[in-house]
Amino acid sequence: MTAAPEPAAGGTLPAGGAMRVMGAETEYGIHAPSAPSANATMMSARVVQAYAQVTRQRAAGGAETRWDYTDEEPLHDARGWTVDRSSAHPSQLTDQPPVLDAEAVALAYGREELELDGQDESGTLLMNMVLGNGARLYVDHAHPEYSSPEVTNPRDAVKWDAAGDLVALAAVRRLAADPDLPPVNLYKNNTDNKSVSYGSHENYLMPRSVPFGDIVRGLTPFFVSRQIMCGSGRVGIGQDSSTPGFQISQRADFFEAEVGLETTIRRPIINTRDEPHATADKYRRLHVIIGDANLSQVSNYLKFGTTAMVLSLIEAGLAPKVEVFEPVAALQRVSHDTTLTAKLRLLDGRRVTALDLQWMYHEAAAKLAQDTGVGDKVDGDGHTHDVLERWAAVLTQLDNDRAAAASSVEWLAKLSLLDGYRERDGLEWNDARLGLVDLQWADIRPEKGLYYRFLARNRMQRILEDADIAAGVSEPPADTRAFFRGRCISSFGKDVVGASWDSVIFDVPGYGRLQRVPTREPLRGTKALTGALFERYREAGPFLAELLGHNAPPAA
Amino acid sequence: MAGQEQQQPQSRDSQVEEDIPEAPPAPPEAQASASTEGVDDLLDEIDGVLESNAEEFVRAFVQKGGQ
Repeated sequence: MTAAPEPAAGGTLPAGGAMRVMGAETEYGIHAPSAPSANATMMSARVVQAYAQVTRQRAAGGAETRWDYTDEEPLHDARGWTVDRSSAHPSQLTDQPPVLDAEAVALAYGREELELDGQDESGTLLMNMVLGNGARLYVDHAHPEYSSPEVTNPRDAVKWDAAGDLVALAAVRRLAADPDLPPVNLYKNNTDNKSVSYGSHENYLMPRSVPFGDIVRGLTPFFVSRQIMCGSGRVGIGQDSSTPGFQISQRADFFEAEVGLETTIRRPIINTRDEPHATADKYRRLHVIIGDANLSQVSNYLKFGTTAMVLSLIEAGLAPKVEVFEPVAALQRVSHDTTLTAKLRLLDGRRVTALDLQWMYHEAAAKLAQDTGVGDKVDGDGHTHDVLERWAAVLTQLDNDRAAAASSVEWLAKLSLLDGYRERDGLEWNDARLGLVDLQWADIRPEKGLYYRFLARNRMQRILEDADIAAGVSEPPADTRAFFRGRCISSFGKDVVGASWDSVIFDVPGYGRLQRVPTREPLRGTKALTGALFERYREAGPFLAELLGHNAPPAA
Repeated sequence: MAGQEQQQPQSRDSQVEEDIPEAPPAPPEAQASASTEGVDDLLDEIDGVLESNAEEFVRAFVQKGGQ
């Protein structure tokens, strides 16, 4: 490795505030209006395939830890799974990978098309890509999913999550331009309003030393209430929307348990899945499944920023001592109460609103940030101060100026549009046009997506310039191992046969065996540590020779 | 790359134009403050963007299970 010029490189992040290794996963709703009965997994694979065509990047199969590749593994086996197989969700190692073989393609689209397709001699569709920005694009169940690269702060979380929407958009455009395929729409939402929900998950790295019970106690009241800032809004009450109305959250009605392992049934407020994708004795990857997918940059920013700060509180043992009575019911009660006046019962007898709960967390987080110094406007970590300011501003607006809050809080922005229709056209909540507004809010095409119409009219605040987000489509974050992964793909893509969150696998001419580079430390493999190495080499062979020959791998 | 892709002509423009739904009747009392004018203007724009046949479109949006 080259010498690290920055103290943080390969080390740790400032503790006590909003900085933390984190990432976003978005499952997109998928719909082909001209082919409504098309197989959803098939269409999702088309999306991945289309993006592969856009980038021409050779997809690297998502190597999961169960395929524990070592340098002794023969070449052919590796090619067999990286090319022919899709993989399960990165955290669902026990799942059977969905496989779309030639037969399934033929059934869905006809034999001629299969032959036209021809990208893979095996006839198998690409289900899994690792992107040059360090992200993963793949088919998860019946949805295309974009998993962002690891970032260290909420601003970057918004950037690389929004970059995923551009990745998805590029695939949609590609499919729309293909006269032989039905156009596909993608929606950044979480329910079809017919009883099905699909997730947008957050991941946060935590020290394993923090007791899980502390996480559950500290996070539950926060998750019950954070939706008032981060909810995307939903037309319809109940999992199947059978009760007309509007609620704050897309996801709340689909949660049925307080703590649990499942993500598709009996969804829990706190998910216990523990797949660190990193050095397991040091880290836990907290997998958060309760959030709504956000198009609003401010809602998304606060979702990641405030949650990261609450985790800092939990690590410091300073989370507010509150326990909500029956949290699942409370979660739904908050979601169904757009007046924000519903009182929740705490176990100690107090009755508080969701706003009250958020202020308790804000107060505790502000104090910790002050005590640790990370919240200082000038000398802090560069993120925590801004998160605290925006958090307070939004809570204040939610309390006394909802029109102002509607420029940042997604459910209020959507509600303002729905109310406009209700007033102008006298529509009831069960009117299909309101359902369409709800759905089309999340269409990722700027000309069709109603969020993007709001953004174009400056009715929604930005955290990032459009150019920043566009840069995130191809550039990896500089300050995590995603830099190494992404640059390996973009610089040496033809020689990379596999990659995962914690490894990159090379097949380089001259090496008799596969070269697996582990990346188990999320804060190594950064630009500071490996950028010069990428600059020095145009070929993977000499690059690997220096990386593996003269230095230890990023982290063994 | 995606950035270039975005700038390509949208092949479905012609369809978008055909998708304009029947315009709802204008409300009789059009006394406009700046803000309501903005909302009316906004709704007019959205009218032109919404998919046609809301009922059918919403009904057909059926997803398979997710996480």
